[in-house]
Amino acid sequence: MNNLKWVLILLGLASMVQGVVLVLPPYFSELFILASINAILAVSLNLVNGLSGQFSLGQAGFMAVGAYTAASVNVFLLSSLHASRAGDQFALILSLICAAAASGFVGYLVGLPTLRLRGDYLAIATLGVGEIIRVVILNIYKVGGARGFFGIPSTTSAFLVTFILLACVLATHRFVMSSQGRALLALRENEIAAEAMGVDTTAYKVQAFVASSAVAGVAGGLFAHYLSYINPSSFDFMKSVEIVIMVVLGGMGSVSGSVLAAFVLTLLPEALRPLQNWTHVDLRMVIYALLLIGMMILRPKGIFGRKELWQMVRLKRPKFFSAKTSGERPEDERQG
Amino acid sequence: MEGFWQLLLNGTALGSIYALIALGYTMVYGILSLINFAHGDLVMVGAYAGLFASLALGAADHPSIGKFLLVLLIAMAASSLFGLAIERFAYRPLRNVPRLNLLITAVGVSLLLENLGQVIFGATPRVFPDILPPFTVFQSGQIAVTNQQLTVFGTALFLMVVLEWIVQKTQLGRAMRAVSHSHETASLVGIPTDRIIAITFAMGSALAAAAGILIGISYPRVDPLMGVMIGMKAFVAAVLGGIGSIRGAVVGGFLMGITESMVVGYGSSTYRDAIAFIILILILLFKPAGLFGKYQPEKV
Repeated sequence: MNNLKWVLILLGLASMVQGVVLVLPPYFSELFILASINAILAVSLNLVNGLSGQFSLGQAGFMAVGAYTAASVNVFLLSSLHASRAGDQFALILSLICAAAASGFVGYLVGLPTLRLRGDYLAIATLGVGEIIRVVILNIYKVGGARGFFGIPSTTSAFLVTFILLACVLATHRFVMSSQGRALLALRENEIAAEAMGVDTTAYKVQAFVASSAVAGVAGGLFAHYLSYINPSSFDFMKSVEIVIMVVLGGMGSVSGSVLAAFVLTLLPEALRPLQNWTHVDLRMVIYALLLIGMMILRPKGIFGRKELWQMVRLKRPKFFSAKTSGERPEDERQG
Repeated sequence: MEGFWQLLLNGTALGSIYALIALGYTMVYGILSLINFAHGDLVMVGAYAGLFASLALGAADHPSIGKFLLVLLIAMAASSLFGLAIERFAYRPLRNVPRLNLLITAVGVSLLLENLGQVIFGATPRVFPDILPPFTVFQSGQIAVTNQQLTVFGTALFLMVVLEWIVQKTQLGRAMRAVSHSHETASLVGIPTDRIIAITFAMGSALAAAAGILIGISYPRVDPLMGVMIGMKAFVAAVLGGIGSIRGAVVGGFLMGITESMVVGYGSSTYRDAIAFIILILILLFKPAGLFGKYQPEKV
């Protein structure tokens, strides 16, 4: 019953957003959808980089797997469904499911060998996998190779994007409260201690990594079906770094923080466009890099730390809602 | 068969460059347990420093061995200063924080160097001046050895021997080895750990700059993003040899260079960048400690 309530709430919110977007000029609705897709990516990466204390640098690769799988499934297999709008949406959802399965599977293949090792190997291995995926896609001529993949039906709606984003946020939040979530948090705090307590660290890390890549795949599918054209270079190392920056700025472990950071970082460059026209150089990445270094030195927890938005605005709420799992925790974060 | 020997030769020259860069990764990893993502970009810094130094010296107009060595030294000095600055302002404030934060900072420093490079030098590649005009030293059938290949190999080998001597035979090297075992114990016996770490960074950066110059003379173009891919491959070479081990880095570098040369020669050149990461994942699967490394389980 509780679950049904949440689904209805999410559907309601997503419909409201769709209504608002319909009224806005197309420029804003485009920005909104791109920001939401970035937010889904940030939430997915937060599961690995924030909640389980690992460090992945290849989220764009999983996004690429999702984008190309969804696009191929929809264009090559489901074209018979494209007769009506309902059929279009049904085909989109089917291809998003395939995208999640494909990128989740790739995530499993990558995660299993690398997650047994210490965190920094994962960073390099995921970076490498991102590159391998890009090179492989460049060499598949069926999906356009370097020219890119044209003619994907443009069926992503603000409603669907918002619904998936909200569902991801809610799912992550509830996951943190579950026993698996607690195990993950335990291994983030101290892997050896968690292992000594009987937590199967590798299994939980792989689980989180697979879930994270599957969600990134869905985001890629949405991206492909929004722009209706994808190109391997949209999923390069810089894209992965951008997602990492969103998670780091928002606060590693704070789901709402990374959503907020994703929106700010997507909208800010647009707002700063006049400045760029004035200076004629693209200082965006320089500023990002400085932000990243400055943040690590001055406020390593990120803007929100591990707190969620709803924990910062203290309202009167029932006791069971503010479980201690993701809230206050001793500040000492040193690892062995 | 002659094709094979030529590929082996090219691979050895390329491998000596990888080995020089891998040494920097392995030294910093040995002493700080940090993957210094910015190390590849110090190769770029060194290459640009060498480019400007040779333009200023007019080394391309009247090439000579002396000018080549001078350019090499200037680039190594410039890159060392960068390495020292990075260590002092980005890594030292983070000595006692979780390693993840240090890693993110390293990614940040790398991004900063790449993008500052693009803003300052422009994104278009530049031609590296011809400070050592190529000629064939030795020819047998189809196989040709050029003076550039010999210079690359010779310089790299010389620097590796010097490094090995410093680390194994001098007071400084002994201090470095002590710090890499344990910062706390080393400082208890009076070793200035911060200074030793800074010197390690400077040495690693100097080797990276030398690699940058050698890349400049053998593939005469430099661009602000040149360090990214070559840095990644050198890192894989360091992991292949066993990260933290100096001999491992050298062997890994040569293996990496030869493998890449063979893949390009016999396979497809589009996969030349992917092969490094395939090797990486294979090592992580089967022998995570690398060829020369010892597997050390984490202790409490």
